[in-house]
Amino acid sequence: MSINNANTAWMLVSSALVLFMTVGLAFFYGGLVRRKNFLSTIMMSFFCLGLIGVLWVVYGYTLAFGPDKAGIIGGLNFFGLIGVGQSPSATYAQTIPQLAFMAFQGMFAVITVALITGAVVERIKFSALMLFSIIWFTIVYLPVAHWVWGAGGWLNKLGSLDFAGGTVVHIAAGVSALSLAVLLGPRKGFKEKEPMEPGNIPLVALGAGILWFGWFGFNAGSALTSGGLATSAFVATNLSAATAALVWMILSWIYRRPSLLGVVTGAVAGLVAITPAAGFIQPIMAIPIGAGVALLCYHMMIFRSKTNIDESLDVWAVHGMGGTWGAIATGIFCTTAVNAAGKQGLIYGNPKQVLIQLIGVVAVWVFAFGMTWIIGKFVDKVIGLRVSPAEESVGLDISQHGERAYGGNLR
Amino acid sequence: MKKVEAIIREEKVERVKSLLEDLGYHGMTLTEVSGRGRQRGIPLKWGSKEYRLDFLPKMKIEVVVIDEDVSSVVNAICKGAKTGEIGDGKIFVIPIENAIRVRTGDSGTSAV
Repeated sequence: MSINNANTAWMLVSSALVLFMTVGLAFFYGGLVRRKNFLSTIMMSFFCLGLIGVLWVVYGYTLAFGPDKAGIIGGLNFFGLIGVGQSPSATYAQTIPQLAFMAFQGMFAVITVALITGAVVERIKFSALMLFSIIWFTIVYLPVAHWVWGAGGWLNKLGSLDFAGGTVVHIAAGVSALSLAVLLGPRKGFKEKEPMEPGNIPLVALGAGILWFGWFGFNAGSALTSGGLATSAFVATNLSAATAALVWMILSWIYRRPSLLGVVTGAVAGLVAITPAAGFIQPIMAIPIGAGVALLCYHMMIFRSKTNIDESLDVWAVHGMGGTWGAIATGIFCTTAVNAAGKQGLIYGNPKQVLIQLIGVVAVWVFAFGMTWIIGKFVDKVIGLRVSPAEESVGLDISQHGERAYGGNLR
Repeated sequence: MKKVEAIIREEKVERVKSLLEDLGYHGMTLTEVSGRGRQRGIPLKWGSKEYRLDFLPKMKIEVVVIDEDVSSVVNAICKGAKTGEIGDGKIFVIPIENAIRVRTGDSGTSAV
């Protein structure tokens, strides 16, 4: 097939939108921590743009999307972008340059690694996080991306549907976040219930707004074309975010007051849940998906806060559980009327699709949790995961980066 | 009357506050401050290089108490703010000449 300029334009814009999500995430997370860790938390997302941005091009793309090896991983044919140029790929997105497809997928890898960092803020050693990220990207993200999206990947062949990364991005990151947080242990003062209020909620809201904006590239871009399917995914994405924001606000109102933090967390949860479904469902089905995820994640967050697990910014509750609901909901609501490449779901008389979705969910849960645990243990042995108590007390901004978010003699 | 001025760790404010409330002292003033003690900040390591972090963020609590309560208030602050590590802070007790409640014009111990 030949290159379609409209599709190419949309994919380049979408890639830039997804890149901007990582910046939004940096501020979303940054505003949620105490201000002595504000800068370091932004850094945890931002350095992924550098690190993963390079690794993806060198060997990431080929291991995820190279010719299939036993359904597990891609071959090394595209190592260092050999053979990846202005002409389309023979297998994926055949109306845009393969370079555009490569660039778009690379942005997903960046934000997936950045998402995990929400679990370990305010106490992880930066060098340890860096080593963890390199290994996690290589032996968790790349295989899972291949399983689900790679031609010949075993979950792909099984018929498991994941439009834009509910499993690959959100379950993988959310479950890994839980695993690493348990391994790392709680922040100093967490068990004593010392107050750890967010340092700047307005910046959290701005970050969430950037995430919402960028998510149009994430989901509608995953159509890999700029026509009707992208439009359908675009509408579904916005509707799910809006529904979840609204429902979460009402929930927080019932229990306390309508909270800004609640609205923005709800919007993010809604975006997570619609991610695997966006291009497989009738857009109106985004309402039950968005309402469902708000109810689920709200209570998961409360449940988590009652445990002793300091999964600090609730990556598991929002992304892990939101992604899990999204993957199952995809099996319930999907229809070939929207996307001929999809499947009929439960409400169209095919309950088997829910089972197939569940296989994908369980596989990625187990793999991500277990591998993260092993990688975390290894990094702890090699360089140690945690900063010293004194470094934790003064904050990671100064102790890890020698910089402060705000200047002046006072703080 | 005495003013008890305590410079303590940020994360201990809530505990100190509730211990002071137990003694019946609800009124107090809280200020964000930066400071250092005898150790001139704390030593940190970056690789093999050592460096000293100078002024550290602390909280200052000021509460004016009647003379008989000075020791119990000081004990409460010590109890609430202590970790045993360097940097727990310091307490100063300062004589107060008078106190006036603006709304009513009451003065002396009844205004504390």
